Amino acid sequence: MAYNQKITSLHLDVLKEIGNIGAAHAATALSDLLDKKIDMRVPKVEMVSFNDMMELVGGSENVVVGIFLRIEGDAEGSMFFILPIEQANRFIRRLIHDESFDFKNPPVSELGLSAMQEMGNILSGSYLSALSDFTNLKIYPTVPGLSVDMFGAIISIGLIELSHVGDNVIVINTSIFEDGVEDLETVRGHFFLLPDPDSFEAIFKALGVS
Amino acid sequence: MLNSGQVIKVGIAQMDVAKLPNTIRTSGLGSCVGVILYDESKKIAGLIHVMLPDSKLGRLESINVAKFADTSISAMIDLLKIEGVQKFRLKAKIAGGAQMFQFTSDKDSMRIGPRNVEAVKQELKRNSIPLIAEDTGGSSGRTIEFDPTTSKLHIRTVNQGVSEI
Repeated sequence: MAYNQKITSLHLDVLKEIGNIGAAHAATALSDLLDKKIDMRVPKVEMVSFNDMMELVGGSENVVVGIFLRIEGDAEGSMFFILPIEQANRFIRRLIHDESFDFKNPPVSELGLSAMQEMGNILSGSYLSALSDFTNLKIYPTVPGLSVDMFGAIISIGLIELSHVGDNVIVINTSIFEDGVEDLETVRGHFFLLPDPDSFEAIFKALGVS
Repeated sequence: MLNSGQVIKVGIAQMDVAKLPNTIRTSGLGSCVGVILYDESKKIAGLIHVMLPDSKLGRLESINVAKFADTSISAMIDLLKIEGVQKFRLKAKIAGGAQMFQFTSDKDSMRIGPRNVEAVKQELKRNSIPLIAEDTGGSSGRTIEFDPTTSKLHIRTVNQGVSEI
């Protein structure tokens, strides 16, 4: 199947289900980690231009905390967990019991950074193992990298593989937020799964929709 | 900025041209490279947001020329020619090409920042355009804005604030 072609609503539903299952497991893991209720939104799967992608999560210059990893194996792609700075601060403060912790105030403490790194490991790990169980595909995530920087600078690394074949990206976007906090873009954490163009066929085939 | 011109915004894998009193800007450069070609005397500048080093890596029949180092610079020279700029008057400033995440992977795409910078420099050399200043590499995202009136490139990063080259 060629990228951009023959993607039917059934295919979109399958991708949505992947986002749903992955993010639900990650939300549960986060909830266990923080001992706090975490809610998630209905996944969105859409094809957007690179420029529209850069404008998500408050725009390309908005400073966020980003966890990034590559997925290798039967299906390949890029995965991001993006948190607005304020929300990342809240999570890490709770995790390391340090109310003074602040990503906006460098040098950021090593303890806070490694807690964030570990949170990234746990969440992406639970997302991807759910994805692997659901599809029966063997996938191997790389060790996640952490960056606190402009959203555009972070997300563009995930567009490199896709840019060889076009100027659009199919993004599986699931957001989570803390229960009891008003669900605004400024507090929402996002999982972005960006399968490589050649991997859609493997995913659809694994789930019996080719 | 002191002048009252407009700011022309350039997106990822796009390019555009600005004349005095306007300025031209692109935001959220990570591994991508922002290339400015400018004519000091005419006070005109083109900005390209380069994403990939080589169009031959692409698998498309019709390509977006602004995306690649090897195709965008000649396309920009042509665009500036229409505005009456002679190629020999052009100078260049570049910024970007960072490596946002430090980890090992077999994928060549993880080293894309330095490769973009190399490819841009090679293409400038091939076109005999002098590279006047650069702020490349590192691991920080950059937002850049060029003012054709002063030929200065303003660079903003999250941790190091604003600099000018």
